[in-house]
Amino acid sequence: MVETILEIKDLEKSFGNLKVLRGINFSLRQSEVVCLIGASGSGKSTLLRCVNLLETPDGGQILFKGSDILSGAIDVNVHRQKIGMVFQQFNLFNNMNVLKNCMIGPMQVLKKSEAQAKEKALHFLNKVGMLDFAKASPLQISGGQKQRVAIARALCMDPEVLLFDEPTSALDPEIVDEVLSVIRDLAKEGLTMMIVTHEMAFARDVSDYVVFMDQGVICEAGKPEVLFTKPTQERTRAFLSRVLHH
Amino acid sequence: MSFTKAWELFQTYLPLFAYGIRITLFISLSGTIIGLLIGLVVGGIRAIKVEPRDSFLQSFCKRFAHALTSIYIEVFRGTPMIVQGMFLYHSLLKPVFGLNSVWAGVVIVSINTGAYMAEIIRAGIQSVDIGQSEAARSLGMTPMQSMTHIILPQAIKNAFPAMGNEFVVNIKDTSVLNVISVTELYFETAKIAGSIFRYAEPFFISAVLYFIMTFVTTRILRFIEKRLNHTASSYPTSQTVVEATVKGQL
Ligand SMILES: Nc1ncnc2c1ncn2[C@@H]1O[C@H](COP(=O)(O)OP(=O)(O)OP(=O)(O)O)[C@@H](O)[C@H]1O
Ligand SMILES: [Mg+2]
Repeated sequence: MVETILEIKDLEKSFGNLKVLRGINFSLRQSEVVCLIGASGSGKSTLLRCVNLLETPDGGQILFKGSDILSGAIDVNVHRQKIGMVFQQFNLFNNMNVLKNCMIGPMQVLKKSEAQAKEKALHFLNKVGMLDFAKASPLQISGGQKQRVAIARALCMDPEVLLFDEPTSALDPEIVDEVLSVIRDLAKEGLTMMIVTHEMAFARDVSDYVVFMDQGVICEAGKPEVLFTKPTQERTRAFLSRVLHH
Repeated sequence: MSFTKAWELFQTYLPLFAYGIRITLFISLSGTIIGLLIGLVVGGIRAIKVEPRDSFLQSFCKRFAHALTSIYIEVFRGTPMIVQGMFLYHSLLKPVFGLNSVWAGVVIVSINTGAYMAEIIRAGIQSVDIGQSEAARSLGMTPMQSMTHIILPQAIKNAFPAMGNEFVVNIKDTSVLNVISVTELYFETAKIAGSIFRYAEPFFISAVLYFIMTFVTTRILRFIEKRLNHTASSYPTSQTVVEATVKGQL
């Protein structure tokens, strides 16, 4: 049986009076890819950010390989080492070049030697096609290139789960594909991923299952070929017809 | 006021003026540097956020540290340095620590500058977009690691003009230390003036000397600022140029 990596139970989160997550239940197994779709404000980013504790949930449980990360017994920083995150705005470190961006985590957090960190960084930069830019500054490269570096930076930590929050939403349409194809390759290699995206064709193509969120709850979840063609919920249908035929 | 007289006085009293300049520069430079260190610590403390996950003790300590630092900043920014100097020198620095007036001057300028630097550093920290510290945390860095490796280097660079300005301000403001008999340029000038019963010429010389110090300092700071902004790591260039040069380097 395939191991369950992440299990989320009755997860709740509010910002002041605004209930953003209202009881999320969902699990993710080893090597699965799940795409989260849904209208703006439905709580997709918040859910993703709860998984690596960038947001602290108000209620419910998040089990990572069976242990509750909200229990207070775990070290947040150690937990985050195992969960990679790729942001919409790339968030590269502007005070260091591309190579150093990829080396800082392994060196500072995993206490790897400089040589080991460099070898790994070069390996992953090569993988995302950014080896030639190792010495470049984040301020000198395009958005698509930045996002590929951000993916390499996350991969250098050998994460067990990789979270993507709209990795292509800040990119010009013509360079979206260079980032998506990198993510597709990772999916083929069996990396476990949670991806928030507005790219429906990509979601359909890459995910093992798709989760449609609406107003803080999971409205419908299922295999992409089912969810995209025969959604059972009226709200899913409405959302899909809005995004697919605009 | 006669220029020839001023020139004559300048030559006669050159050693005294030079001595005053040395003390002024010594106190303002060391006060700025120590003030910067104080500001880094205090500004760093003020940038620490109370998080919902913190234990009661942790959040209590953080709030307490925040309260202390804001009292420090408010008090030292809200009172004149001349008053701070008189009070600290006569209540603490001389009777308790036995400091002479020059070292007391260094302490006073440092503490005063620290209060301003803390706010400058905090603004610098806030100028670094929150996404970078989130990215650092998502890699598992501790808040301290994220601060020292990612945020502060950029905060300091962004805050450099304001920090340099503090130095320039200090060159001028050390003149108030004459009230505790620090032998800086204003004090030396007043001494010369008192001994010859002429005020216009000595203070004209003094003004010129202060101006030269601040003018030269400003130029040097501006030069350093340009260098900081033109390092390879932050100079934006067009795509094609970069591709060519970066490939060439490897
Ligand atoms: N730090 C915060 N403080 C207050 N409100 C917040 C905060 N973060 C998110 N929200 C609110 O929570 C709601 C859900 O936000 P979230 O970012 O999770 O939505 P989303 O599904 O990711 O939307 P989008 O597609 O626009 O990214 C929104 O109404 C948002 O304004
Ligand atoms: Mg979002």
